[in-house]
Order: sequence, then structure tokens, then C-alpha cells
Amino acid sequence: MEYKSFISDTIAQLGEEPNKLIPLLQQVQEKYGFIPEETVDIIAQNLNLSANRIYGVMTFYAQFKLKPCGKHLIRVCEGTACHIKGAEGVYESISGKLGIHEGETTADDNFTLERVPCVGCCHSAPIVVVDSDYHGNTSANMAKGILENYK
Amino acid sequence: MNKITSIEQLEKIQQEKQALWSSGIKLVPVCGVCIGGQKLAQAMRDEVTRQNIADKVQIVETGCQGFCKMGPLVNILPPEGISQWQNGTLYTKVKVEDAAEIISKSVMGPEVIERLLYKNAKTNQRIPVIKDIPFYSKQSKYVLERCGVINPDDITDYIAWGGYQAAHKIIKTMTPETVIGEVTQSGIRGRGGAGFPTGIKWKFCRQSPGPDKFMICNADEGDPGAFMDRAVLEGDPHSVLEGMIIGAYAIGANYGYVYVRAEYPLAVKRVRQAIKQAKEYGLLGNNIFGSDFSFDIGIKMGAGAFVCGEETALISSIEDRRGMPRPRPPFPVAVGLRGKPTCINNVETLANLANIINKGAKWYTGIGTEKNYGTKVFSLAGAVRNVGLVEVPLGATLQELIFDIGGGAEKGRKFKAVQLGGPSGGCLPEKLLDIKIGYDSLIQAGAIMGSGGVIVIDNKSCMVEVARYFTSFCQKESCGKCTPCRIGLMRMKELLERITSGEGQKGDIELLIELANSIKDTSLCGLGQTAPNPVLSTIRQFRHEYEAHIREKECPAHYCKPLVKFMVDTDKCKACGQCIPACPVEAVKGKKGEKVTIDVTLCTKCRSCIEACPFDAIV
Repeated sequence: MEYKSFISDTIAQLGEEPNKLIPLLQQVQEKYGFIPEETVDIIAQNLNLSANRIYGVMTFYAQFKLKPCGKHLIRVCEGTACHIKGAEGVYESISGKLGIHEGETTADDNFTLERVPCVGCCHSAPIVVVDSDYHGNTSANMAKGILENYK
Repeated sequence: MNKITSIEQLEKIQQEKQALWSSGIKLVPVCGVCIGGQKLAQAMRDEVTRQNIADKVQIVETGCQGFCKMGPLVNILPPEGISQWQNGTLYTKVKVEDAAEIISKSVMGPEVIERLLYKNAKTNQRIPVIKDIPFYSKQSKYVLERCGVINPDDITDYIAWGGYQAAHKIIKTMTPETVIGEVTQSGIRGRGGAGFPTGIKWKFCRQSPGPDKFMICNADEGDPGAFMDRAVLEGDPHSVLEGMIIGAYAIGANYGYVYVRAEYPLAVKRVRQAIKQAKEYGLLGNNIFGSDFSFDIGIKMGAGAFVCGEETALISSIEDRRGMPRPRPPFPVAVGLRGKPTCINNVETLANLANIINKGAKWYTGIGTEKNYGTKVFSLAGAVRNVGLVEVPLGATLQELIFDIGGGAEKGRKFKAVQLGGPSGGCLPEKLLDIKIGYDSLIQAGAIMGSGGVIVIDNKSCMVEVARYFTSFCQKESCGKCTPCRIGLMRMKELLERITSGEGQKGDIELLIELANSIKDTSLCGLGQTAPNPVLSTIRQFRHEYEAHIREKECPAHYCKPLVKFMVDTDKCKACGQCIPACPVEAVKGKKGEKVTIDVTLCTKCRSCIEACPFDAIV
């Protein structure tokens, strides 16, 4: 029920915009942290699209997640400036510390680790973004300390 | 709010705001996008409240001021006022603890706080006036004129600066054809990278038949290492909206979109606020300035696909489809969004337009060089001393950009190459730095202008690895529609991985060149056609590095992990101990005051010690 009303409310908010699918998926993800499987059929009915087509869109764009993330999302930037300034070492240090790789979630569901293309903060490379906090000028050794703040 | 219908109303808002600015209230611009900037701005506001001087001092949280390396930044404006900010004082690397002192001494009083001034690294002198700082003195700020000074969340700040007067001028006094004529004469070329003349694009779109047309701002700044568009959207969003109004009027569009990356949440927020305010003031919506011209703008957020910067893929994405490009022609100016003629312009292109309309094409062609008029915004990043956002006239040299403004390679290392144009671009070595920056000159040299990302690479980076990085990026971002890009880039990536892991074979370089050329020739869209450029340009300029990897199994830059062992050069080591805490696995053995050693059995080759060492002693 909750999904149904959230989706129909969001569609109403989008008003006269003819292309509502991607904005709607973005809002579903914003609200639930991922796109729950049940919502796909509801969206399909509401927008008169096939579920197949919706999955096509969801799997194309990196933003959409088909399974839930941990409590905190760690994004290690791998833009060019970060790469030149040692992002690889920062990623490996975090990955080693948490015992997970890119795209995985820790067993206690506390952290999900991702590598993302440029977040546009090249001036403070290498960058690690945890949830919406930007940590700049990081190093492999600093990574541990950053994670301490997110329990 | 009454909707603005005349120039008098616009000028009234301008005068009221200017009167407020000159009434003695002290504005203090604080860069709110530097890391730590928001906290600092809050601390400054708290201090104003604490001292109970809110009627005298206003903290302005701005967009990027450019000198990111020195952030967080605080501007102390000169008595002449905000428009002359370059005569003011810049406080650098300001901490929250400095807030009270700045307000008491420099805002309420005339004192200059010496320790917060920028220190020239060469002369060791502190520089009190912004325009005397080499980073600023060599720049020409037109697009970025207001960025970092005004409050981007307040439309009246933009209007006070003459904002929306160009929109008024074209709607009230010019025909669409004369607008197109003026922009064509200015010679401005698309700042997204391809450099197509904007006026001609508009002419084609105007000439396409049909009542419904669309104006799109491409803010899908996907090149890793580029942040110009983000800075403009966060620092001066109304300049982009005004550019869109001018373009829409010229081509005859009544609706437009800003397509902006979801990875830029602040930019999305600022643009949303700007659109809302522009609507309230009647500058967007029906019958703008009381004319029969109506234009409205919506926001579309990208969902994380680099290829959506390509215009046909961008259109697919707005249409809720997988962001895959299609063959051109037909070009979007003829058949675009929802089948209608559509003009897509880049953020920076649009931000130039109000100036061109207000000051005229002749003024614009007075900046830059032949066929490359105006300025270009670049984001300087990587191993350069003065990381930041800069704007220079076209025709300036790379030398000026990287050494005079950028200060050269950081940490006293040696400059090796500059990478221009992101994953579609190329690397240029030191001997080509005298090239004048322009669309055609850079292509001739084997790079491209691109959207403006400039990554400086020093002698600690391996060029084969840089090529592998870009190829891997493009391979991941390939949409998969056409075979050369989907499979060809995968094979190139595998070859490069083989070389960087020391398993390269004789003939690999030739195979890379052959593959690269066929991918260039046969791919469907710009992504595939340009993806091999970083490999080709590094082979052209740094072939010896490829050969060293393949023949000697050596990485000359000591970068590629399988080919290096980290050691301490005891002649260079000054026993400063900085590398010891930098190591995440305690592989650096020793203590401060003693020359250190590295335990290779523990070392993960993460390079943290190399970055920490000020003496270049770890090899």
C-alpha cells in the first residue's frame, strides 16, 4: 500500500511532464535507498509501460540500485585527478579494512562500498564521499579514521 | 512579487540592491563549496549574531571563487564595493577558529590579518590585494566574473549586476534573426568540447520547420577531472538561465530543460532555486516582459551515465529510455527531443551569451585570437600546485595556464605531461607547452580542447597506466550498442593491463594502434570515436615508456605495481619521519630522526609514503 500511494503521489507531483519514468525511479530510490522489486510492477501499471522496459532503464544507469545498501554508503572517487593522486591506494585500504569489494555490503549492513567516476571535487583529490559528507585530500592511512565516525 | 514587465522595473531592483550594497552594510563573501567552506560560513554567521551586528555585516555564502587549493576562502571587499572585488583582500585556508578575529579586525575594523594572506611560494611574500596574486592576475574573468562573489540563491544579486538586461534587450528590441546574427558574428564556439559555432547551430534550429522546439542546457559534465560547469551552476546559475532564454528566443523554443548530473546535488538545488525565483519575477513563464514570448525550464537529472553527454544519448535519457546514441544525421537541430527540433548548448556557452548581447559581438571578438574568440574556463587539477578554476582568453599558452597561473608541478616534482579533454583527449609533453590554446591548435598537437578539464601529470605517474585508466573508464561507460566500442575497448584495455603488469609482448604497441584506429573509424558516436585518443597520444609522445614496460619489464615512473619494489634512497632521506604514520600497514620501519626502511613483505605499494615524502626519497 505504502509503495502504491508514494508512487501515485509522486506521479501527480511530476505534473504535465510527459517523461516521468526516470524522475520517478530517482524519487523511489531517494525514499527507499534502492528500487524494491514490488515497485516495478506498480510503476509499470501507473505509467502504462512494461516491466521489461523499466528494468531496461534501471540496469542501464549506474544510479539505480536493485538491492538495498548498508546504513552508510562509501563512494571512493576514481576521477582522473583522484587517480593521479592515489585513489587506488585509498580504495584498497578501505576495501581491506572492511573486507568487502566494490558493490558489496558489510555483513553487519553498516557500509556499502562503491567506486564512482568524478564527483567534481578534483581540487581536493583524492575524495571519499560517505553518505553526503565529502572528505578531501585523503590518503590510504586516513581512510580508517574516516570510517570511525560512521558507526 | 509583481512580475517584471519593463526595463524600469528591472533597473529599480538593480538600483535598490546597489543602494543596499553601498549603504555601509558590509558584505563578506565566503566560498561555500570548498571543503570546510559551509562550516566556516556558519561560524562566521554565528559570530555576527554573537556580536549582534547583523545590521552591519552580511555573510554571503558563494559558489567557487576559483583558488580551490587555498580554500576555504574569505573575501574582504574593498571600499569601492563588490564589483571591484579584485581590489579586495583574500584570506586563504581560513579555519573556523579564525572567524571571530576576521569579523572584529578586518570586517568591522581596517586591520589586515597577515597570516591568512596568500604567500607567494617563490618570493615568500604575503600578497594583500587579490589582483596581485599571480593566480588571479593572469586571468580574464568574464564567465566567472560574479562566481564566488554574489549570493547564487538570490536573483536580486544577479539583477544588481545587470542581470536579465540582455534578455530584455533581445525580447523587446531584437528579432530572433538579429540575435542569431549577433551571436554568429561573435564567433563563439560550443564550449562543451566540439567547438561548433553556436550561431550556426541556432540558425539551423530556427530554420527547422515546426511550432514546437526545445532548448536544452547540457550540464552532464561527465569528464572525470572537470568541474567548470558545476562551478558555474553553483556560483552563478542565473547567467545560465538567461543564456537559455536568449537561445530559446532565437530558435523559437517555448520549453527547455537543464540536464544536470545527479552527482552534483548542490548544483541541482541551486538551479532549482534559480528557476523558481525567475518564475516568480516573471522572467520565465508566459509572456516574458509582457511580450508574446513564453519560455519555461524544467530540470532533468542524469542517472549516472557518461555517454549521456552525447546529445542524442542525452535526448534518449530525457525521453526515459536507455541513454544510447543514434546515428546522425538527422541532427537534433532537425529531429531532436520527442522528434522536435532541439538545440543543445553547454553550460559555459550559455553563460557567455548575456555578455555578448550586452556588449556586442565586436567586444567579444576583441578577446582571444582568430577563429577562437572569447575566454575558456578550465579546471586545473592533478599534480599541479594551484589547483582551481581559471578563465583565460583563448590564445593564451599552455605554459601560461599551467606554470604562470597553475604554479607548475607541486611538491617540487617535475612536470611530465598535461592531459586535456578527458577520456576523449590527449596528453601533451613539456616541449609542446608553447602552443596557443585554441580548438584547432590543440587538435593539431594531438589533444583536444574538450570541456576544459586540465590534468597535470608529474614524473611520478606512468603514461601507460594513464592510458589504461582512460581506456578502462571508456570501456565501463560504453553503452554497448556498437561492436567496435563495446568489444574493441575491452581488447585495448586487456592489452594495456598486460603491458602494465609486465607481461607485454613484442608487437603489442602496433596492435594497440591498429585497434585504436579501427575503433575510431567505425564507432557510432563520439564516445567510441574518441576513446582511443589517450592511448594514441601517449604512444605518440611517450612511446619509450611503453617499450620499457614491454622489453625491459620496467616502469620508468616506478608506478606499475607488478614492476616495482618500494625502497628508500638513503642519500635523499632526511629522517623527517613523515612517511611512518602515512603507511596504512606499518611497512615503513624506523622512527623520526632515523633513516627509514621499507619492509617489502608488508608493503601493499599503495604509494601513501611516496605522496607523504617531501624529499622524493622513496623510489
